[in-house]
Amino acid sequence: MILLDRVTKTYNRRGPALERVSLHVEPKEFVIIVGQSGAGKSTLFKLLTREEKPTSGKIIVGGMDYEHLSDKDIPLLRRKIGVVFQDFKLLNNKTVFENVAFALEIAGLSNAEIKHTVPKVLDIVGLKGKENNYPLELSGGERQRVAIARAIVRQPKILIADEPTGNLDPKHAWDVIKVLEKINRFGTTVLLTTHNQDIVNTLKRRVVTIQDGKIISDRAVGQYRSS
Amino acid sequence: MTSRRFITFERVIKNGIVSFGRNIWLAIAAIAMMAITLTILLFGVVANATFSHTIDEITDRIDVSVFLKDTVSEERREELISDLKKVENVESVEYISKEEALKRYRAQNVDNPELLAAISEVDNPLSQELLIQPQDPNNMQPIKEFLDQSEIAQLQSDPTSYSGDRKEAIDKIARATRFFEQAGIVGIIIFALISALIIFNTIRMAIFNRRDELVIMRLLGASTWYIRGPFVVETILYGIVAAAFSLLVCAALFAVASSTLQASSLGLLDIKYSGEYFKNNLLLILSLQLLAGIIIGAASSAIATRRYLKLNR
Repeated sequence: MILLDRVTKTYNRRGPALERVSLHVEPKEFVIIVGQSGAGKSTLFKLLTREEKPTSGKIIVGGMDYEHLSDKDIPLLRRKIGVVFQDFKLLNNKTVFENVAFALEIAGLSNAEIKHTVPKVLDIVGLKGKENNYPLELSGGERQRVAIARAIVRQPKILIADEPTGNLDPKHAWDVIKVLEKINRFGTTVLLTTHNQDIVNTLKRRVVTIQDGKIISDRAVGQYRSS
Repeated sequence: MTSRRFITFERVIKNGIVSFGRNIWLAIAAIAMMAITLTILLFGVVANATFSHTIDEITDRIDVSVFLKDTVSEERREELISDLKKVENVESVEYISKEEALKRYRAQNVDNPELLAAISEVDNPLSQELLIQPQDPNNMQPIKEFLDQSEIAQLQSDPTSYSGDRKEAIDKIARATRFFEQAGIVGIIIFALISALIIFNTIRMAIFNRRDELVIMRLLGASTWYIRGPFVVETILYGIVAAAFSLLVCAALFAVASSTLQASSLGLLDIKYSGEYFKNNLLLILSLQLLAGIIIGAASSAIATRRYLKLNR
């Protein structure tokens, strides 16, 4: 599903943010990526969403080879990957429903399809009844679940969650993680980065550790000790 | 796929209209400037039409009057007319009898009783007259040569009258028209550039105000045109509003002008004709303004969005 082959990314003069990173993720896998701030996790995600281009190496996601991607293909690629951010990136002047619908509007779905799909997805993330609330009226955990609903509403094969629990207290963090697990059970490949030791150790999933731009460990059931 | 494209197209237009409504206060300067540009364009078109109308009118009035002595017989006169018709560059020859000449003279001077009193029917001082219309007012030589032959000059009571002074007037108007045309084009270009710059800035601010939304749109996989389109639609609306506004202002101006300037002529500018031209060609003028407004708007926002939206990352 995701294949990185000796990918290096160098931002101008400083040392490489990622150095010869190779990673293979199977369909329907749930992979946690851990590492200190500045280790290269965000760079990795930016490469996957094609916000950045690798300096060298090969990236293939869902059968699309990034090397042969034209500018026109980038929007299509991004519609295949769901993305969740630490800071939610919701539109505060739109309701919960409108925020989720936004992703479908961009993809050109009809209003009838949108009306049909959005409530179902809000139900999956446990936000039934909050359709008409604005993001600022919700708790952080709820907001992050709106963002997840928006990311999965187009049924992407891959969901990338970049520190989705970073701004949340433990209870809300777990709500979000449970939603991610649920989505993974439905068959979506999930890539999650986190700092949270409890979450990593409780989930008992594959853990990839990045340090100084390199993968230093990749375990099927990983442990993590943030120090 | 086609229906999705259509839905997307619909949404681009809808989003453009919505953000036009939101940015209306920001957009007022741009719209006002564009309205000025379009008004200059409108005046340019109308003035151009009026000048060429004036030239046509004067050209039509250029003619040659041959005044014949009362002693010239009817046969001689008919002979002369048929000879004249054979002369190069003669379009038509009209005979005006003494009585007809008097009638016309009276009609022309209906406001001047003193002149009318000086002429009585019993003693008609006017000559019978041949009125020659040339085909080309710039080529009077053949006619002049014919009339200057001594046997024909003998028949004339007064020297031939060429409305030659009018030719000069025509040249003057033509020169003025060319000047106004050039000045108009320069003016339109300058004002179009200024309004493009202001629109450019307006869109830049609109982009800045909505940068969060634009970043999110980009990350969610919105296509370039889904993001840029609404801005272009918005500025096209500026153009439409400006065109409508400019047309309204001009219509009001012409209405006021035609009611206060009953004299209907300001030197070369026939205001009455301008007003009529404006009225009769309203649709043409409106579409010209809309076209210009839309082009200025769309072009400047296309450049602004290209410059300020980093879309291809």
